[in-house]
Amino acid sequence: MNYSATAQGKSVHFRDLRTLLAKATPRRAADELAGLAADSEVERAVAQQVLADVPLRQFIEEPLIAPEQDEVSRLILERHDAQAFAPIANLSVGEFRDWLLTEQSDVAAISAGLMPEMVAAVSKIMRNQDLIAVARRCRVVTRFRSTIGLPGRLATRLQPNHPTDDPRGIAASILDGLLYGSGDAVIGINPATDNLHNVHTLLNLLDEIIAQYQIPTQSCVLAHVTTSMELMQRGAPVDLLFQSIAGTEAANRSFGIDLAMLREAKAMAENLGRASAGQQLMYFETGQGSALSANAHHGIDAQTCEARAYAVAKEFDPLLVNTVVGFIGPEYLYDGKQIIRAGLEDHFCGKLLGVPMGCDICYTNHAEADQNDMDTLLTLLGVAGCNFIMGIPGADDVMLAYQSTSFHDALYLRQVLGLRPAPEFEAWLQRMGIFDGQNRLAAARNATPLLTNFHGLPSA
Amino acid sequence: MNDPWITLRQFTQARIAQGRVGCSLPTKALLDFQLAHASARDAVQQVWDVKIFAGEVEKLGLESLILTTPVSSRPQYLQRPDLGRCLTKSSHEILEARASQAIDVALIVSNGLSSTAVDDHGLALLQTVVAGYAERGLRIGPICLVANARVALADEIGALLNARLAVIIVGERPGLSAADSLGMYLTYAPKPGNTDAERNCISNIRPPAGLSYNAAAAKLAYLSEQALQRGLSGVALKDDMPAQWFTEIGGAALLKKL
Repeated sequence: MNYSATAQGKSVHFRDLRTLLAKATPRRAADELAGLAADSEVERAVAQQVLADVPLRQFIEEPLIAPEQDEVSRLILERHDAQAFAPIANLSVGEFRDWLLTEQSDVAAISAGLMPEMVAAVSKIMRNQDLIAVARRCRVVTRFRSTIGLPGRLATRLQPNHPTDDPRGIAASILDGLLYGSGDAVIGINPATDNLHNVHTLLNLLDEIIAQYQIPTQSCVLAHVTTSMELMQRGAPVDLLFQSIAGTEAANRSFGIDLAMLREAKAMAENLGRASAGQQLMYFETGQGSALSANAHHGIDAQTCEARAYAVAKEFDPLLVNTVVGFIGPEYLYDGKQIIRAGLEDHFCGKLLGVPMGCDICYTNHAEADQNDMDTLLTLLGVAGCNFIMGIPGADDVMLAYQSTSFHDALYLRQVLGLRPAPEFEAWLQRMGIFDGQNRLAAARNATPLLTNFHGLPSA
Repeated sequence: MNDPWITLRQFTQARIAQGRVGCSLPTKALLDFQLAHASARDAVQQVWDVKIFAGEVEKLGLESLILTTPVSSRPQYLQRPDLGRCLTKSSHEILEARASQAIDVALIVSNGLSSTAVDDHGLALLQTVVAGYAERGLRIGPICLVANARVALADEIGALLNARLAVIIVGERPGLSAADSLGMYLTYAPKPGNTDAERNCISNIRPPAGLSYNAAAAKLAYLSEQALQRGLSGVALKDDMPAQWFTEIGGAALLKKL
């Protein structure tokens, strides 16, 4: 296919589909770093016009990476459902945007007929409000011990990290989070080291806290999947199986994984039979720029690579998928504007593909961003129906050295938008005297039994 | 304004028990956060005086080599990670000229994202690491000091020095609670093109709040020996070293309490 247009008397030509996609992408440091971005604003705008005329079918006929070279491409093509695709098979990318924004369109019905590249393409010609409006209509509901993703609900991952994995410090942050109503998506620790004994200890700690207080949530220690596999063999209590994933086989290899390994790990975790409400148990994290960072992007822009990672996620029917949007740094997402845009794109693409998207709304101290930008993205994602966000004491992760969203931020979002925690967790918060039955912290929550017992922590 | 469980701050630097006004942070907590963010932002921009550091290394009786990347400023370092991953031509030639006999470990030190970290902890950590390798009879090369490097630069340096392992000590991204954290990355058979899955990382080295020099150096020595024995590093090299600290601090008692 010929990708050309005439603009302002000049002819503009794009070599192939992946070049066109990259040039049509809203300005992004990652694509500039990779040498893929549009050279001028006009070239970007023209690329968007040319992209709008590309038939959706073209993405089936012109794979961005040859399937024989890349197992993610093979997976995408194998899983593409022609029947689900049929209602939109004759649309161009631009017509698909119009279709998506039409209120009567049944977005869920065509989800299995979409390839990530089609979704990425349409997102590039959508404004932020379009991304919100369409994502809001896509619900992806998942269950382990709590139910996540229901309309009118917002869940949080309680992230109680500690620089040396000291169980007392971690327990203190967990207690703080629970007392602020956080933790219904997962209580998830990023371990400071992947040391097997250390990770095992943390898994036991989480298991005992959840069991003792009968908290309707699930635990996760975000170690490499092979570490979790080894520990499952040693009898460790693994609820959710974590792994970082990306959108190309080579990028996944740089993470030390492939699809076969994930299949094996998932089967092991399922055999533990630890869920009560549902059977989803995979927890994936992603982020634009990861394929480029591993020099494994095949000339594809960062956002399209990211959408392909959701096809990987979907294959494993996950409980949670978390785009860690600003974590990677300014060489990939330069400032608050780029982080906000990327967060909305990722949430939209994931939801349209049927993945239970949450977002780590975050930035690092070398990016041109601050907590005001996070407030903006937080509010927008709340409106868009994001499944879950992070809850970190004071938004300051003292182990990973970045800023995300706090327990307070989740309370703010729940209050201004009327969003409630996962139903099982909400009932538990009320039972424990932490919430007041009206989606607010109880005035007398200091009387919760949780606090009395935690007072027994050993002194330092 | 704080919550009554503020006593638990003895166990963590995390911003717990901050209290609330409605759903929001009390004013003092909010402004404390702003100040911490401002300090971290300033720390990122701080340059590293590599010559002063080299002088200190010499005083320890260690040979040092000052090498350079094509990075010309801190803003460029932040936006061009590719430039932080390669040596300048002259530095490349310096290493090529001297790489005659094979060594076990190439040791590299860089400020990375925090000059403060390497100035505060770099020398003491380096000394502990070098002593640990000496005890095990492992041969190290000259200490390569490189301002504004990325982790993967260790691959090129390690290859040029004919090293079996490359280890880079590097300043980690400043956080709000600490701008002085160091990380160490170990790669077996270093060569340009190594992926992150082939590295082992020890992070949050910043006593007293983070990992101590001794604990970090012991972990590095353990991983280095394992890597040399098994001929690999990274994801495939599992850290199965018993965790001493857990018994030291009475973690088991804690579990019972919970």
